[in-house]
Amino acid sequence: MATSRVRKRNFQQVSRPVNVVLNMAAMLVSIVCVFPFLFVVIISFTDEMVLARNGYKIVPEAWSLDAYRYIFKTGESLLRAYGVTIFITVVGTLISLVFNTLYAYAISRRSFAYRKFFSFFAVFTMLFNGGMVPTYIVVTQLLHLQDSIGALIWPMAVNAFFILIMRTFFVTMIPDAVIESGKIDGAGEFQTLFRLVLPLALPGLATIGLFSALAYWNDWFNALLYIENPKLVPLQSMLMRIESSMQFLMQNASNSSISTTILTEMPQETSRMAMVVLATGPIVLAYPFFQRYFVQGLTVGAVKE
Amino acid sequence: MLSRSFKRFRQNKMLLLMVLPAAIWFVLFSYLPMAGSVIAFVEYRYDSNGFLSSIWNSKWVGLRNFEFLFQTSDALIITRNTVLYNLAFIVLGLVLAVALAVLLVEIRNRRMSKTYQTAMFMPYFLSWVIVGYFVFSFLSTSKGLLNQLTSWFGLDALNWYAEPKYWPFILVFIYLWKFVGYNSIMYLAAIMGIDGSLYEAAMIDGAGKWKQIVHITLPQLTSLMTILTLLAVGRIFYADFGLFYQVPRDSGLLYSTTNVIDTYVYRGLKTSGEFGMSTAAGLYQSFVGFVLVITSNYIVRKINKDNALF
Repeated sequence: MATSRVRKRNFQQVSRPVNVVLNMAAMLVSIVCVFPFLFVVIISFTDEMVLARNGYKIVPEAWSLDAYRYIFKTGESLLRAYGVTIFITVVGTLISLVFNTLYAYAISRRSFAYRKFFSFFAVFTMLFNGGMVPTYIVVTQLLHLQDSIGALIWPMAVNAFFILIMRTFFVTMIPDAVIESGKIDGAGEFQTLFRLVLPLALPGLATIGLFSALAYWNDWFNALLYIENPKLVPLQSMLMRIESSMQFLMQNASNSSISTTILTEMPQETSRMAMVVLATGPIVLAYPFFQRYFVQGLTVGAVKE
Repeated sequence: MLSRSFKRFRQNKMLLLMVLPAAIWFVLFSYLPMAGSVIAFVEYRYDSNGFLSSIWNSKWVGLRNFEFLFQTSDALIITRNTVLYNLAFIVLGLVLAVALAVLLVEIRNRRMSKTYQTAMFMPYFLSWVIVGYFVFSFLSTSKGLLNQLTSWFGLDALNWYAEPKYWPFILVFIYLWKFVGYNSIMYLAAIMGIDGSLYEAAMIDGAGKWKQIVHITLPQLTSLMTILTLLAVGRIFYADFGLFYQVPRDSGLLYSTTNVIDTYVYRGLKTSGEFGMSTAAGLYQSFVGFVLVITSNYIVRKINKDNALF
């Protein structure tokens, strides 16, 4: 979004040597940001034996595809976790879009008699919260969501921050004349919203939709709190569980009778890194295309009515 | 009177219908837990008749949970850690983000500048679980890259996950690594919005690039810097749970420098079973957090009404 504006700004430029220094500094930071991901990719393609001997190397002695072969051969649980993650991401994002947009549209309408009250009702949740323990008790003992897919979807469905972003979008981007024209045509509130307003608010929908999708894809916290059933474990949470059970086995392998077969059945080091790559891959490939919507959310969020 | 408010209700029927789903959500997932905070003042016992009856039948103990909490050394440690880490994040984060934004603006080749931005943005999109794996590939005692480096210099391999003294540096570094690209883009957008005639006038007056940055760019950014900083100060009592839980791999040896209010509350709930103290700590966090947000928002409002949260 910034490029078109930048081109017009032809002020004095920094001198060539300074430009070289700036480029080197920016390149260094960029490499620091991207390197860990590349490193994990390299580890996932390393030969398991070589890795056990030499540790994690930037240029390993021997490469191998075994980690990925292993995953695709025995990867039923990974596939299932992928399925859970995709499901909660799609369904969660849709619910979040509908709930947040409807609420935001209503409180953006000047003619809505209760708009002050409902604006406050949403904003107050950003200022004060019951905390983790009461929330946990409500979700498990009142709503009985533990060990259900709902526990992964509902706690993140509504977000006051998204509502504020969307409200700003409606207020600043949609001329009152559009809504008035809907009224004159005799369209109801819902018709006006869906036929006239939403097509104009697509960038806003994209922004909160993408923020929400990212949050669902990356969520492990709700699974940590509410999910025991291994069939309902999403991707991020599975990676976490593998890690802690590995640690547990390592710590107890020497002094207990835990059979070594469990240890050998656990995915090897390289396979775990391959899972990290598979869990991150879609995001790393997709975000450069959606980057501008995240920036938009950030800058729109700061602007107010 | 009654008929008037009923008429008003009917006129707003459709818009009320739109608000309804999210409003119900707010009641269930925000306001009920807020009301549920009373369990900080009781000895909570779950009984099989459900949530409300559990609360009703628990014994009222007043401030006892808070007394227990503040008698432990934990209260001091978690408060200190939460606040000091956040202060470091705020100060270093601000300096680095602004510096990077200025740097990215001044780079001559726009396409290169865009590429750097995209690269620096990447860590923002990764979950803390993934970041935990990344960090492990550097800090693993037997295989990690860092111990390979130190062994070149003839130093012994360090067991990083058992040495609390290094973690303040590690955690601050990881936080900056994850968020600085994202934050700098916000400042970058603000710099793009600065009125170009200011720079032209400065050039006519013979001001060089450095002088332009010091006398135009930075002063133009101060209001944004102040506002973002104040809003961050308002959240100084809240820690990023993922950073402090996933990155140190929940290692008990590191608690002295990695335990923050959020991780303490979680452990009280799920592992150590100190339910009352855990709830009390959560309410202590929400309450102080609330006061801080209100105060900082009040100050933001004084500076620039448009940037206040409410």
